[in-house]
Amino acid sequence: MALYPTSAFTRDPFFRDPFAAMRRLQDEFDRAFVPRSAGYAQAGFPAVNMWQGEHSIALTAELPGFKADDIDIQVKEDTLTISGQRSAPEVGEKAVWHLRERPTGKFARTIRLPFRVDAESVEARFRDGVLEIELQRPAEDRPRRIAVKSA
Amino acid sequence: MTQDVVKKNQSQGNGNAEMAGETTRGHPVFRPFTDICETEGGVVIAVDMPGVGQDDVDITLEKRVLTIRGRRQRKTPEGYRLAYAEYEEGDYERVFSLSDEIDEANIKAAVQSGVLMLELPKAEPAKPKRIEVKAA
Repeated sequence: MALYPTSAFTRDPFFRDPFAAMRRLQDEFDRAFVPRSAGYAQAGFPAVNMWQGEHSIALTAELPGFKADDIDIQVKEDTLTISGQRSAPEVGEKAVWHLRERPTGKFARTIRLPFRVDAESVEARFRDGVLEIELQRPAEDRPRRIAVKSA
Repeated sequence: MTQDVVKKNQSQGNGNAEMAGETTRGHPVFRPFTDICETEGGVVIAVDMPGVGQDDVDITLEKRVLTIRGRRQRKTPEGYRLAYAEYEEGDYERVFSLSDEIDEANIKAAVQSGVLMLELPKAEPAKPKRIEVKAA
């Protein structure tokens, strides 16, 4: 049967129905959000992309104008929280704003991950305003192949 | 003093609005969120362009039309494939028409942490010429 892909993911409930997790994620995203008064008009800030690896997951988020020190990442079990703030640019008294579209203020976003992650091995990089977080699945949680012996 | 020449529809994303049109590279083009502030000495423009480095920005000023372009290098973390997406990686483009004369030789531009900062100093104003009316 060629109906099912044969990667390791097909054995994992998350990857067997990735859309279930995505829908759940979307709901989390829609709910878990930041007060609107923070200045961000979107339902979810920052916008996040999620990538799947063999035993890990990577998240990328667009955070232009932030400094690495302004971003706080917390991981607990299967929950990831990204928070931070971008301050308004400082201008002189006589300055006149013609256009102000770039959001400023605090944000916090909590994301439910598809599996428990090893908090010790989380790696985060920040480059050109794009944050990348790599989260590993603990070895004991990884799906195991079970050999079937013939009688 | 400034006016957005190209109007496009707003859409979701991180400060990035809707596509401007098709490019030959097959990427979407976004209208980036921008701050424009006028001071006594000139105009300061800040443009959110996440994923764009110092070398990927192209700025032109021609006949008071300022065009800002940023090319984003698409990046896939190695060994990963995209499972869920809220934003798309694309290029950035925005055009402004400036009403004041700008001292083109002294424009400063820098990209830091995905934000383009542009400083456009005003040109020395031409001295008003006074014409005296003599009584006949």
